[in-house]
Amino acid sequence: MFGTTMSKKILLNSKEIDIILHRLACQLIENHTNFENTVLIGLQPRGIYLAERLMVILKNEYKINRIQFGKLDITFYRDDFRRRDEPLSANSTDIDFVVENKNIVFIDDVLYSGRSIRAALTAIQSFGRPLNVELLVLIDRRFSRHLPIQPDYRGRQVDVINEEKVTVHWKENDGNDAVYILND
Amino acid sequence: MSQLSVEHLLGIKHINKADIDLIFKTADHFKEVINRPIKKVPSLRDITIANLFFENSTRTKLSFELAEKRLSADVINFSASQSSVKKGETLIDTTNNILSMKVDIVVMRHPNVGACDFLSKHVNAKIVNAGDGTHEHPTQALLDSYSIREKLGSVEGKKIIIVGDILHSRVALSNIYALKLQGAEVKVCGPKTLIPKYIESLGVGIEYNIKKALEWCDVANVLRVQNERMAINYFPSTREYAQLFGINKKLLNSLSKKIVIMHPGPINRGVELTSDVADADQSIILNQVENGVAIRMAVIYLLAQQIEHK
Repeated sequence: MFGTTMSKKILLNSKEIDIILHRLACQLIENHTNFENTVLIGLQPRGIYLAERLMVILKNEYKINRIQFGKLDITFYRDDFRRRDEPLSANSTDIDFVVENKNIVFIDDVLYSGRSIRAALTAIQSFGRPLNVELLVLIDRRFSRHLPIQPDYRGRQVDVINEEKVTVHWKENDGNDAVYILND
Repeated sequence: MSQLSVEHLLGIKHINKADIDLIFKTADHFKEVINRPIKKVPSLRDITIANLFFENSTRTKLSFELAEKRLSADVINFSASQSSVKKGETLIDTTNNILSMKVDIVVMRHPNVGACDFLSKHVNAKIVNAGDGTHEHPTQALLDSYSIREKLGSVEGKKIIIVGDILHSRVALSNIYALKLQGAEVKVCGPKTLIPKYIESLGVGIEYNIKKALEWCDVANVLRVQNERMAINYFPSTREYAQLFGINKKLLNSLSKKIVIMHPGPINRGVELTSDVADADQSIILNQVENGVAIRMAVIYLLAQQIEHK
């Protein structure tokens, strides 16, 4: 699958991911208590897995049963339309509630340039004016931001160079839970 | 696949099944967008679109304009009745004048067959055919198929009857191409004088009896009698047409199953459809109009995607 020049290093294994997910869930509870006025928004496509994992932990282990959850696709809000080699392909957006005056938590797997989050901030305004917006990411790639955007909740901060790629695997989609650093 | 196989949308004849699937998949996303509190996305902020209508249109023009605005494109509108075309300017001159104002996409309706095809060879812009004479009206066929898919789950294997003035209808021809590409069975029904010779070579059947036609089909796409394109009388009177080919509630109720009624508009109420049929719950005429905006957003978005950023 990988060429001879590509190396693959494991950054987090499934146990470490599990511990981090529990910590992130607790940090969310710390700030949002019963989630009465809070909505979790998973960013398509890869943020959905993380968001759904956190929902399961919040429900099963901390008995928070009524959490509003939506999926947001940012394809039509990206700033690189017509500027990429590969055409963009959209995913579904599923937000069946009004976000007016709600506390929103965006959930994504990796924070890199910050451009996706910029697009998400524009996209969410189509559903109303939120009271505030926070950002939760599993991996925060330090030193690679193009925009003044920082996470409020981070699983792990990593220092990787631009040529390296961070990929998050989820067992429901990729067979196992792991975070890898790929270098080609 | 996430890219169209064509550079312009000149007709369904030029595209393939994968293109239709891609347009529908993209339209699904835009249908969700146009049902949001704020029905607009910023994708086409730096794209300018000219709508050139050399022939009258209400819903197609509005639908295209709305689709373009919901994608945040800049839009200029042009109607032949108020333009220099009346002063003798040629199509290429008119278009090049408009293009020198930095237009990226041209949506054109024209009374002459092949006008869009011709234009696409002579001007440097993406062309979308919004109807060329009696030839093709691709976005209408796409939105018709999309509406069938939405109502019945899929187009493949469905039996579709196209009723009315097939001879003068660009909607009929584009629909036949689109439906056949998606694996539907297609028949046409109308007065013999309004069924083109050799239509069977397109793989469609002919039925002259409206009752038999409706009994056969899952969906009836009913077309308008285009009096403005008829230089001679193709049938004795409108009253006789309505009696022989018009669809009323009594006829629908006499069928063994509930069929879906479609019409591209504008309806001649009391001629091809009675009012109680046009407004019945099995009619998806207004869904067609809503889907028209999503389909046109998808077509324009996908063509715009191919325009190189400078």
